[in-house]
This record gives sequence, structure tokens and C-alpha cells, in this order.
Amino acid sequence: MAARTDMRHYPGFGLIAVACLAVLYVPLLVVMVYSFNASPSIQAWEGFSWRWYGQVFTGPQAPIFAAAARNSLSIALIASTAATVIAVAASVAMVRVGRFRGRNATFALINLPLLVPEIVTAVASLIFFSAIGMRTGYLTILIAHLVFCIPFAYLPIAARLQGIEPIYELAARDLYATRGQAFRQVLLPLLLPGIVAGFLLAFIVSLDDFIITSFVKGAGMETLPTAIFGSVKQGIKPDIMAISTMMLMFSILVVSLSWAIGRRGQRAQT
Amino acid sequence: MAGPGQQGDPGAGEGPGYRRILPALLAPSWAIIGVFLVLPMLMMALFSVLTREFRGGVEWQFSLAAYSQFFIDRGLFGDEPARIQWTYVGVFWRSLWQAGLATGLCLAIGFPTAWFIATRPASQRSLWVFLVTVPYWVNLLIRTVSMRFLLRDQGPLNEALLALGLIDAPLRIVNTDAAVLIGLFYSYLPFMVLPIYAAVERYNFALTEAARDLYASRWAALREVVIPAVRPGIVAGCILVFIPSLGSFLAPDLLGGAKTFMIGSLIDEQFRGSMGNWPFGAASAMILLSVVLIVLMIYAKAQSRRR
Repeated sequence: MAARTDMRHYPGFGLIAVACLAVLYVPLLVVMVYSFNASPSIQAWEGFSWRWYGQVFTGPQAPIFAAAARNSLSIALIASTAATVIAVAASVAMVRVGRFRGRNATFALINLPLLVPEIVTAVASLIFFSAIGMRTGYLTILIAHLVFCIPFAYLPIAARLQGIEPIYELAARDLYATRGQAFRQVLLPLLLPGIVAGFLLAFIVSLDDFIITSFVKGAGMETLPTAIFGSVKQGIKPDIMAISTMMLMFSILVVSLSWAIGRRGQRAQT
Repeated sequence: MAGPGQQGDPGAGEGPGYRRILPALLAPSWAIIGVFLVLPMLMMALFSVLTREFRGGVEWQFSLAAYSQFFIDRGLFGDEPARIQWTYVGVFWRSLWQAGLATGLCLAIGFPTAWFIATRPASQRSLWVFLVTVPYWVNLLIRTVSMRFLLRDQGPLNEALLALGLIDAPLRIVNTDAAVLIGLFYSYLPFMVLPIYAAVERYNFALTEAARDLYASRWAALREVVIPAVRPGIVAGCILVFIPSLGSFLAPDLLGGAKTFMIGSLIDEQFRGSMGNWPFGAASAMILLSVVLIVLMIYAKAQSRRR
């Protein structure tokens, strides 16, 4: 046993792993701590305060942030819901139909938004909307988000579907269930953890997007990231740190939820 | 990209009666991604060979001016003999260099981390993976802003180092190439750790045992046995870090200064306000896209050679 452990052990690797976590978390923790700083300057620590959180909701910038938050959440909700439905259909085709003509092309197409650099997608979308004479605004942001949400919803759903053998649906069909019944009453409940994971992933990705949104949003339209970016350009203020901390906590909450569901799903499967 | 539902792997087997409704299942993804991504990319290719309209936008007239502006300098009035234009090629070169350095740095830190996680007892592994994954899901803008806040001249990092007596004057990190590099490293580090972890977790440690029995040193075993075996994970990680780093906008914009201009900022600038140049922006995006395609093709070729 000692020899086996030795085989896997390299001196310093543990230290690097801990350093890696530190690098990932220290900047976030620092911003969290400073968002509770009573001082209006971002330099010195003057004691604990909720002041800047109040500022986010009642300060002069509050209406802008509120509108941006509404846009961000509604776009993320609509885009990720639609993307999840599309991804379920696509993964059933990709995993359950076996070989068909255009299968490789479909796989490439679904993953295309992940392979093309964001800035290129942003430029292409702006050019497209301008060429067809579509005014940039809420709808163009929604469309652009829907596109890149599809692969993020697809990956966990297809992965989950691959782990579900088709015998359950075939059994249901043998017992005179229609194709729709077999899908809804047999496959869908089994697939649910994947669907939830895919939806949450797409939701967070939409909520986080900055570059593509900033290209297709048009003047006067803001989502949370573009509003924060605009504000940060004039310097990092304490209320921005408060907003960042809230968004950070929200993301962590959603990811933890997705993780917990994924684990439960895995346990149910084995 | 190895992923679920990849070619030659039809998954768990044929399900009941889905083949008949195949077109209906595929139509939504084809329609959305086809119309709103493939078509726009074709239009971008078209716009890159049109003439610049000076208020932003284009005139519908064929021109290679955008590409020649990228590579060739004919002076302010376009009447001097052609010389190679170093400005934009230089921006591109710096982007490649920075993305390459960021990839190397991520690999140097990411490989030991992934190895360490994969060799923990199974019960601890998923927590470690979770901890590495969480930052990726936190808004990239917020993470980059946090890094700027931390690295500032009067920021917490400098204050801590001064208080500890490790430095006498604040380090000037923000607005340098180093800051951009740190930002890229910080942004995409999880992308390096996760695929390498997946590869190391599947690695058969009996191979290391055999190598050690044959008197290989610990490091020789790592170099000669482990690294070739987990190479697909390493290559995947490098690509996942390199590609987004190359076209990144936030890290150079928020952490860098005027001298750290990267291709993402160059493209972005062409579409802001009346100073922009849409064909030139489209051409720069096309050039970036071709570099990415070349990298992916080399990757695909390397993958198929392994089979």
C-alpha cells in the first residue's frame, strides 16, 4: 500500500494544487470582503457595513441596475428554456437514432458556438442583424444568447441520455405505449437530472455573457455585465463590488444546485 | 473535441421509432444555429471584402482593401511603395505570444493540480473538482474586475507585500503585459485542469509501477510513461485555454493598457462609433478564425493519427 501511494505522489504537487485554488479564489474573496467596507474609498478598511448593498437598490444608479437585472434574468430564462427544449430534441436524435446521413455535420453544427471565438461570433451577429435591417436591442440579444446556449444545454443532456439504455422505452412500447407516452412517461423522468443540469448551465452562461451582448445590444439597452463594464470603466466603486458579490453568490448557488442534482442523478443511475 | 454523441459512436443503441421523426428533432437546432450563426459567419466573410463606409457599415462594392490594410502599408495616402504593415501583424503576434504563454502557465500549474486531484481518495475527488469548476461559472467580467482590484498599485496584494516587508515600493502590475498574462491564466485555468484530470483519472497506475520496477526514477516515469498516456487530456486542455485566450477581450481591456493591445480589442474597436472600419474588423475576425481553424485541424489530425 505504501508503495502504491508513493507511486502516485510527487513532491510539490499538493502545494501547487492548493496554490491553484488560492489563485482561483483569492481575488473573489478580496472583492467580497471589500464590498462590506464602510469607507467610500476603496483603499482603507473602515469597518463592516451593508451600506453599498443598500446603495445598489436605492442609490442614483439603482434604476439602471434594476433594468439591467430584469433584462439579464428574463433573457437568460427564455434563452435557456428554449435552448433546453431544442437540445433535448437534438440529443434524442443524436443518441437514439443511431447512424444517419448528416450526423457528423449535426454534431459539428451543435458544437460550432463553442469552437468559434466569442469575438468572432459577436462580429458576425452584429453584421448579420445590421445587414437584414434588424434593430439591435432586446430581441437581438435574446437570439444571440439562444445560439450559444444550445451546446451548453446539449452536452449534459446527451451525456445523461447515453447512460440510459433504450430497453425501458422499448418495454413501454411493447406494452402498447405510444411513442409520445414512452417519451414523456419513461424517458423524460430518467433524463430529468441531465435536463436540469443543461438548463442551469445554459442559464448561467447566458447571464454571464459580455462580449456578444455588448455587440448586439444597441444603444440604451443594458444587461448586468454590460452595465457593470460601463461603470467599471470609470473606476471600481464599492457598489460595483456589492453587485459583483451578489452575482457571485447567485452563480455559486446555481452551480451548487446543479452539482447536487447531478450527484443524485448519478447515484440513482448506479 | 471528444464529447457525447461523437461520430462513430451511436450511443446506447437505437430507441423506439425516433428515426421517423428525425427531421423534426433536428430542425430546430439546424434552423437556429444555421440562420443565426452559420449565415452570419458567411456574411462576415462577405463584409470583409466590401468597401468601407465612413460612418460605420459598408458600401456594396468588392474590395480587398481590408486585407491589404492588415498586411501591407502604402503610406498615409496610399501612393508609396508597398511595405509590410507591422502594426496589425504585431498585434496578432502579441496575441499569439500571450495566448501561448498563458497556455504554458496554465499547463505548469494545471497538470500538477489535476494529478493531485486524481490521486485523492474517490470521496475527496468530486469536492476538488467542484472547487476548481466553481470559478469558471462565476461571471468572467466580475473575475477580471476582481483581479484588477487585487493587483492595483495600491491594491490588497501590494499592501500585503509591503506590510510583510517583501517589497519596498508597490509593484506596478496593472497595465502591463504581465497583468494581461495573469488575467488570461486566471480566466482559463479550470479549462486546463478538468480535461487533464479526466485523463489522469483513467490512467492505469500499473504502468508507472512497471516503469519503476524497471528502475525508472519517479520523474522519468512521469516523463516517459505518464505524459504520453495522458497526452490527449493535455492537448485538449491546451486548446481549451489557447483558443479563448487568443480572442479574449476582457483581460487585455481591463488589466492591460495601450501597449498591451490584443486582437480582440483591435476587432472590437472597428465596430465602435464612427471611427470604426467594418470591413477591416470583419477581415481581422476572419484572420483570427482561420488561425483557430488551423489549430483545431492540427488537433483533429493528431487525434486521428493516435487511433
